[in-house]
Amino acid sequence: MARKVPEIPAASLADIAFMLLIFFLVTTTMDVDSGLERRLPQWVPPEQLDEDQQIKERNVFVVLVNRNNDLLVEGEYANIENLRERAKEFMANPYNDETLPEKEPKQVPYFGEMMVTKGVISLRNDMDTQYGTYIAVQNELVAAINELRNELAREQFGKPYSELNMDQQNAVREIYPSRISEAEPKKVGGN
Amino acid sequence: MSKFRKKGGKELPPISTASLPDIVFMLLFFFMVSTTMREVTYMVHIKLPDATELSKLEKKSLVSYIYVGEPLPQYQKTFGVAPRIQLNDQFANVADIQDYIIAERESRAEEERPHMITSLKVDENTKMGIVTDIKQELRKSAALHINYSSRQRAER
Repeated sequence: MARKVPEIPAASLADIAFMLLIFFLVTTTMDVDSGLERRLPQWVPPEQLDEDQQIKERNVFVVLVNRNNDLLVEGEYANIENLRERAKEFMANPYNDETLPEKEPKQVPYFGEMMVTKGVISLRNDMDTQYGTYIAVQNELVAAINELRNELAREQFGKPYSELNMDQQNAVREIYPSRISEAEPKKVGGN
Repeated sequence: MSKFRKKGGKELPPISTASLPDIVFMLLFFFMVSTTMREVTYMVHIKLPDATELSKLEKKSLVSYIYVGEPLPQYQKTFGVAPRIQLNDQFANVADIQDYIIAERESRAEEERPHMITSLKVDENTKMGIVTDIKQELRKSAALHINYSSRQRAER
């Protein structure tokens, strides 16, 4: 009969596993990294900036944020709660209002000829604006465009924008482009 | 002689600990899967702003981080209380950002470089002046794809 191999004691296995567990608890974090995704415009040297690029006033949705975190939307005081509705109305312009942006016909796959808005959202903030407010405003503007895209996607394809395939997403994006431009910061209001 | 009288001297059998390692390993695997490694030690205090329109950072290897906030109490003696930029494990100036981005770019494979994302982790009480400066530097170094790190807020 072969000699019996002595059994390895398993009593300390728990301690070893506990040590590993505690190591991972200490060195890792639970939070998933998520945030507002944006794209910055290309850098243009100051001397090449052409100032004469004019956009019609009705095509621009001006949002100003001053150093006291107050909002000025299209020349009047506004609350952040109403910003999303205002931005949606501006980008969609459902009744072809004279004061809201123009539209131009455009061939879009899946949709045929659609009237696409020429609207641009312009966001300008002060040097002393709080970052939290800035993100809140950005969030509302992005939300407005996302909501419009979702509504259109549901109408046309019967499912939300995020579940569409690449081509369909591109088509929806062409109708509601994400045109949020940020001006160079300067002092706005206050003193 | 009562039927229910305890018999003296009989001890409670010890609880078997044979399954303890298995339980601990289960916990260990849970934490290994559901958490991520810390990238750096924070030297600044950051309370992220809330937002609703979030997108997740899919590939960690493509992300470079820029932290902005008030220095932690132990650094306030040397660095003051004004919001500072932290790159990797040290405080930095706005002028260092271009070098940092170039270094980050160099450390990635050629084919990954176009997909790189810069994640800005900025305290919500920071003034926009410093953030705008950072954004200008990022534009100069052609790191245009950015992500304003923020936490999920419940929809109103």
